[in-house]
Amino acid sequence: MFMRNGLLFLALLTTPILHADESPKLGKPVSQALVKQWNSDIFPDGEGLPTGKGTATYGKKVYQQYCLSCHGIKGTGDSADELAGAKHGLTDNPPDKTIGTYWPYATTIFDFTRRSMPLNNPGSLNNSQLYAVTAYLLFLNGIITEKEIMNAETLPKVIMPNRNGFVSYTVNP
Amino acid sequence: MTSKNLLTPVAGGGLLDRRLFLKRGLTFSAAILTTNALAENQHFRPESSKKPGVPFSNYGLPSQYERETIRWTMGNSMADGNGVSWTPLQDLEGTITPNGLHFERHHNGVPEIDPKRHQLLIHGLVNKNLLFKVEDLLRYPMTSCLCFIECGGNSNAAWRSKPIQTKLGYFHGMASCSEWTGVPLRLLLDEVKLKGRAKWLVAEGADASLMNVSLPLDKAVDDCIIALYQNGERIRPENGYPLRLIAPGWEGVVNVKWLRRLHITNRPVMARNETSKYTELMPSGKARQFTFVMEAKSLITNPSFGHKLDKQGFYQISGLAWSGRGKIKKVEVSADGGKTWAEADLQTPILSKCFTRFRIPWQWNGEKVILKSRAIDETGYIQPERDALVKQRGTHGYFHYNAIVSWEINNDGSITHVYA
Ligand code: HEC
Repeated sequence: MFMRNGLLFLALLTTPILHADESPKLGKPVSQALVKQWNSDIFPDGEGLPTGKGTATYGKKVYQQYCLSCHGIKGTGDSADELAGAKHGLTDNPPDKTIGTYWPYATTIFDFTRRSMPLNNPGSLNNSQLYAVTAYLLFLNGIITEKEIMNAETLPKVIMPNRNGFVSYTVNP
Repeated sequence: MTSKNLLTPVAGGGLLDRRLFLKRGLTFSAAILTTNALAENQHFRPESSKKPGVPFSNYGLPSQYERETIRWTMGNSMADGNGVSWTPLQDLEGTITPNGLHFERHHNGVPEIDPKRHQLLIHGLVNKNLLFKVEDLLRYPMTSCLCFIECGGNSNAAWRSKPIQTKLGYFHGMASCSEWTGVPLRLLLDEVKLKGRAKWLVAEGADASLMNVSLPLDKAVDDCIIALYQNGERIRPENGYPLRLIAPGWEGVVNVKWLRRLHITNRPVMARNETSKYTELMPSGKARQFTFVMEAKSLITNPSFGHKLDKQGFYQISGLAWSGRGKIKKVEVSADGGKTWAEADLQTPILSKCFTRFRIPWQWNGEKVILKSRAIDETGYIQPERDALVKQRGTHGYFHYNAIVSWEINNDGSITHVYA
């Protein structure tokens, strides 16, 4: 009996005490290169934007080929969201929410198009096509000219008309 | 209190004391049924007992007589994986949503994911960027959270100027409640070691829209779970198999399905789904952003539109209440359009950020009445009347509608959705 208790006591001493919070720590460290491949987030200040460039002139062709079937002529909406061509503002009844009247950041257009569009073939456009179609959507909304080059430098500098239209409700970003 | 006193209405329109059900069984008047002719010494056997039943099944399905209890689906005409499906709240009781009936919102369909190949990357403002396999996560200490998930866009039809006439679940059914089980996110954040500047987290799914959205790290550390199980079984594909981020009480979109990446940052990414969508335009022209918490809401699920009361007499009013801020403290029901209110019975246990079932007995005398319910949560927040909500927020915010829902019981027992 004494022996058994003694063994138990020893076991208690040598086994680390497990907290409910203790985890087996099975995460595998990964290289920056892998993180770069996986990370597709693009921030308003341009962090995450890739190389490449494009203008609305070429973007119009990209749009007609890959976007028009769902978003309509000049982004006026069809089976999918209206992207441009707002006829009235945000305080009208009903309001007209487009990239031009509502979106606070231009980088979001590039980010969303790259990650999610075209809906029937996501991830299929290259960077030049993405910059170009982003430029075209900005041009359709009267925010940039047809010739302005959009790239990692210029896109974050585009000031969107509704840049100050949002109030953070629960938290301060 | 005697049963007799309990039968005295406690509020207008015939609402009775919530304790009545507990005190005594209600007597419903019914004709006396006659027996079938049976030979002497024979006892009655129901049809179902006259032959052996069907054998075992590997995975059970609802009765063939319940085929109408289904999700109502609505996909985009050009892309059928873009849209939603609603939980048929009007057909369910209790608080748990069966897995096959949990509402869905997919931006581009349900991805097919082999759990052996799925991994979760946590990177950014951390000391170590770490990759977790699903099989690794299955070895971590787990916890469960019984909580609702409600889409920020739930109930949006109620902003319209005319009340929509459709079954309850088809406009309030983007809300469901499950037991979610998985690894507390806090454990994984401890493992990667957050840097001092870390404040936000951008979560991304592995679906065809690589859906991403930002949420404050405080929430992640507080009660978020990397869920692997839903109501005891591995999460259904349409609900995020194999990994789903659960952010209890917060709008559905941040409960990212098919979770593959958590980017620790010092600021939100300003994704499409936190700028263009899931923000609420106010009458001033400004929009509310990061309105994560789903405020208290309640719905009378039975009776509701599509049900019909066959005759006057006793009924049980039954409904659901929930709050993203904590527990439901009280639900009040009115049967006279909001003039008088009576407290409903709350089914226990009452859990934080979870569906709470309420019930109250009611004597319908065949007259036109308006039924309403209102939830009060533990913070003291009272679910607003529609007028008050519209006054505060206008009608173009689309998201976060949580006003009181009114059902008009017509003389013939049919039910109309009204704004009252
Ligand atoms: C097969 C139809 C289809 C095609 C083709 C398509 N889209 Fe879309 N798009 C959609 C749908 C549907 C949505 C809504 C997605 C959701 O619900 O998450 C959408 C959403 C968007 C949005 C966000 C709208 C908003 O107001 O939030 C943008 C921007 C967009 N698409 C750009 C594009 C661009 C650029 C292309 C071409 C490269 C394109 N889309 C091609 C169907 C399509």
